[in-house]
Amino acid sequence: MTAVQLPRRRALRVPVAWRRPAAIAGSVVLLAWVLVALLDPLLGLQDPLQQSVGDAFRAPSAAHPFGTDALGRDVLSRTLWGVRSSLPLAVALVAGSLVVGSVLGAVAGYLGGAVDEVIMRIADLVFAFPTIILAMVVAAALGPSLLNAVVALLVVSWPNYARVMRSLVLGARGQEYVVAGRLLGAGPFTSLRRDVLPNVSAPMLVLAMLDFGNQILLLAGLSFLGLGAVPPTPEWGSMVADGVTQFSSWWLATFPGLAIFSVVVAFNLIGDSLRDALDPRTAGAVQGSSI
Amino acid sequence: MTARLSIEGASVTYRQPGRNVLTAVDAVDLEVGAGEVVGLVGESGCGKSTLARAVCGLEPLAGGRILLDGEPVEKLGLRPRDPRLRRIQMVFQNPYASLNPRRRVGAQIEDGRRVAGGGAPTVAELLDSVGLDASAGSRYPHEFSGGQRQRVAIARAMAAGPDLLIGDEPIASLDASLQARVAALMRRVALERGASLLFISHDLAVVRVIADRIAVMQAGRIVEQGPAEQVWASPQHPYTRRLLAAIPIADGLGRLPAV
Repeated sequence: MTAVQLPRRRALRVPVAWRRPAAIAGSVVLLAWVLVALLDPLLGLQDPLQQSVGDAFRAPSAAHPFGTDALGRDVLSRTLWGVRSSLPLAVALVAGSLVVGSVLGAVAGYLGGAVDEVIMRIADLVFAFPTIILAMVVAAALGPSLLNAVVALLVVSWPNYARVMRSLVLGARGQEYVVAGRLLGAGPFTSLRRDVLPNVSAPMLVLAMLDFGNQILLLAGLSFLGLGAVPPTPEWGSMVADGVTQFSSWWLATFPGLAIFSVVVAFNLIGDSLRDALDPRTAGAVQGSSI
Repeated sequence: MTARLSIEGASVTYRQPGRNVLTAVDAVDLEVGAGEVVGLVGESGCGKSTLARAVCGLEPLAGGRILLDGEPVEKLGLRPRDPRLRRIQMVFQNPYASLNPRRRVGAQIEDGRRVAGGGAPTVAELLDSVGLDASAGSRYPHEFSGGQRQRVAIARAMAAGPDLLIGDEPIASLDASLQARVAALMRRVALERGASLLFISHDLAVVRVIADRIAVMQAGRIVEQGPAEQVWASPQHPYTRRLLAAIPIADGLGRLPAV
């Protein structure tokens, strides 16, 4: 039984998930948006809040490549600054629902019984309403602000994660390595942390990745309805809302709309590739569930 | 002297929705003495594994009782297992499912050592005792073959310093060339550390080599038990004779099991 030391070259290679055209395209677009978000102040753009009523509704031109809005603000500048509110909030939102949903789902799946019933019935309650309607109700109750929109979306999006996590934990709980851990005296939380969660994390990450686009859309949707970003914050959803009433000024809604579109598509491309890479069979997502 | 493990009239039943109650283990009596190796044989589905799980507290008993050193084995619920019962450890059938794929082998053996408390042999010593190199501890399960994984699983179970080791068909998923070796290894490490061994298999030929006593199980009942040589040489129950007759003989002719 000789132990041959495997050469440690793996770290240098490109992970399988990224060796796909779709993943590369998605990553490039996303990376570009991240760079834009970081470098906004250095891009030499006009101040996105600077009004100039004389320049209202200017069509795209050399001075204003994306035109200007009703208050004469530069749409290019506002679109590029808009990523600063969408992207960080989407990250916070997805991370928040991933953590809350995973913890509740894992506890429900592992402990079962009354705890399971209570958590999952609350989740069902949330599922019973259309996502955007319930989010609107919560956001309206909290008052319009981007942070409240995030809270509202958190309330409606954790059950998705909880439900998937619960079913993954139910599948993993009976695995022999989990039972072996219990026989060695692991309590429920040690067992979850040590044996169950590391083996169900991959599908949860895929779910989160695929949810990003969704959450960005919902966030923009709430702002579109006036329940998110408060003027004059540059935010894509509210910019589209400003534009839809101005049919002659097509550039108002088009460019922020394209921005939303590109980010959502980028996240979905990455999420899809990640799913294919991590789980070629799609089914049987629990590690070690097949020989 | 009380036996290390005594199973007294133990029954395990499963309720099948819309159908009758299935009795997987039917009033079984079995004893395993200190330092004794008992082989439990029987065909697939006869209830051997269910009995092993019941001994570990993984299945609720419908009747009878299971005693470890005279004290009852309780069903393992959500609470951490009673330290007293951690002296029963199990080696599972499928070495591809019984090790956590995301943790280094050494860390998993370490979990076992923590149960034993002070004075437990080191991970390197445990790996050495099952014929693995000490460097194996820093590797992940997928880097091992099935036979090696089963050795790791044995090392993990033995790390806990058990008084009773249970092998639930530990050789069933291994290559034929490995089966006898791993079975003999289990006997050796168990006896070296003063543990009793309840070895479950459907292979009477292998069990005969390592067991002091053999119990034959059929349809949830123990139909025959006795010293290994006696069961081998003069089987009393017709089922045992059929099992013996089904053992392949390397005469190049082959023989069908007498059904």
